[in-house]
Amino acid sequence: MYNIPGSVSAPSPTSVGEGRGEGRSAGEGSVTSPASAGEVARSAGEGSGVKAARTVAEVMAQSQAGSVLDELDRELVGLAPVKARIRDIAALLVIDRLRMNQGLQAQTPSLHMSFTGNPGTGKTTVALRMAQILHRLGYIRKGHLIAVTRDDLVGQYVGHTAPKTREVLKKAMGGVLFIDEAYYLYRPDNERDYGQEAIEILMQVMENNRDDLVVILAGYGDRMETFFQSNPGMRSRIAHHLEFPDFAETELLRISEMMLTQQNYRFGPGARDVFEQYIHQRIRQPQFANARSVRNALDRARLRQASRLFASPDKELTVEDLTTIEPADIRASRVFGSPSPQSPSPQPSPTGVGEGAEPSPPPSPAEAGEGVYKE
Amino acid sequence: MMTNPTGRLTQGQFSFLPDLTDAEIALQIEYGLKKGYAWSIEYTDDPHPRNTYWEMFGNPMFDLNDAAGVMLELKSCRGTFPNHYIRLVAFDSTRGVETIVMSFIVNRPPTESGFGLVRQEVNGRSMRYTIRGYEADRAEGERYKK
Repeated sequence: MYNIPGSVSAPSPTSVGEGRGEGRSAGEGSVTSPASAGEVARSAGEGSGVKAARTVAEVMAQSQAGSVLDELDRELVGLAPVKARIRDIAALLVIDRLRMNQGLQAQTPSLHMSFTGNPGTGKTTVALRMAQILHRLGYIRKGHLIAVTRDDLVGQYVGHTAPKTREVLKKAMGGVLFIDEAYYLYRPDNERDYGQEAIEILMQVMENNRDDLVVILAGYGDRMETFFQSNPGMRSRIAHHLEFPDFAETELLRISEMMLTQQNYRFGPGARDVFEQYIHQRIRQPQFANARSVRNALDRARLRQASRLFASPDKELTVEDLTTIEPADIRASRVFGSPSPQSPSPQPSPTGVGEGAEPSPPPSPAEAGEGVYKE
Repeated sequence: MMTNPTGRLTQGQFSFLPDLTDAEIALQIEYGLKKGYAWSIEYTDDPHPRNTYWEMFGNPMFDLNDAAGVMLELKSCRGTFPNHYIRLVAFDSTRGVETIVMSFIVNRPPTESGFGLVRQEVNGRSMRYTIRGYEADRAEGERYKK
């Protein structure tokens, strides 16, 4: 998926920086028409200044960053502060490119980031987009994303951690290193924990190889806060701290519609309203994981829809039938379990396609609050 | 200087050219990565032509996307062995190939003494010839030091 951009057009390198420029322009070339690819290659070669971009629009057109930003706006619901920050970063990189074309010195900004937010607020999704955007803007050379957790960085015995961390870092070079649940790296309760070693190597590379990779740390807000407090060096090396807000109910509803559309489903008459009620109730229950909960709820609705259709084997099924989620499919959820009077606690179909995997039959309210809503 | 006309070791690719700059090395690495090769770094202070297997510096680097990773490792190898020969080796894992496909020297000791011809008289007037590095008399790790 993440192809290395097309062949190097004119191998006459004098500096790493120029080689980088060529890689970038060749990548763009493969997207645009061949004619303009040559033009881009010329203008990207620094110093030549023959056809160097002089306006923001030209840079945006060359890099196609605009389309990624628009896509971001279209496909990611909500997240206004995050989008604003990404636009700022994109603007800075575009202006830096213009400055470079004018012969002004442009120091590469530090773009390491930390994403904090509750579960399911889109941290990973945005990180993936980030890799694309930064690649289009020519900040990183390859635009791939390596997602790791503690296990991939920290070793199990003395001397195991450093090579492991370095290997991951080497793989991430030219792209984005996404460290999920970064706070697990640091275990304050065990002072001989090897996580600290990984953090030190990480910080060193973040500082020395700023041009080569972008590190994104992600995790839940409060725990990231303690992580940064115990590693002040890490905090200062990260320029961008992005807070991912929780989704509002209307946003969640829009997300659910987009998810369904992507999978070629749609809400049947009335189903949208029922799902709105579902979100309204689910959001107040424990362990609500924003978009992830919505996705799981939809997955379960699909299961119920499937078994509903399955139950009438002789019926000829139209496209309509196959793609429609009926209100009943959603209302069968245990979220509606006790309070909703409309459907008296629908027996979650004998096949066992119910809410979760729990076999516990009609759950007592206490139970319902606990384990069942894990997903 | 009959045995060492260029005053340089000529093994592997590009060895008759002036030393590659780091940017040029990075381009070669990039080329290899594009072809799907796995790079590794090897070093030695015994560059006898029959010494095929140099010491490995770290593991071979699979699944890299960018030359910067190899350059990072090369930098640390140069720091550790500034007076050794260091070469980059690209391994092609394609089934049926499975061998080294690129190899070039990226670090040389400041002075390269080369090899001497050793003559041995055997069976009357017969001669046997072999070559021996001038530095080979010194212990491993002590060679090529000023």
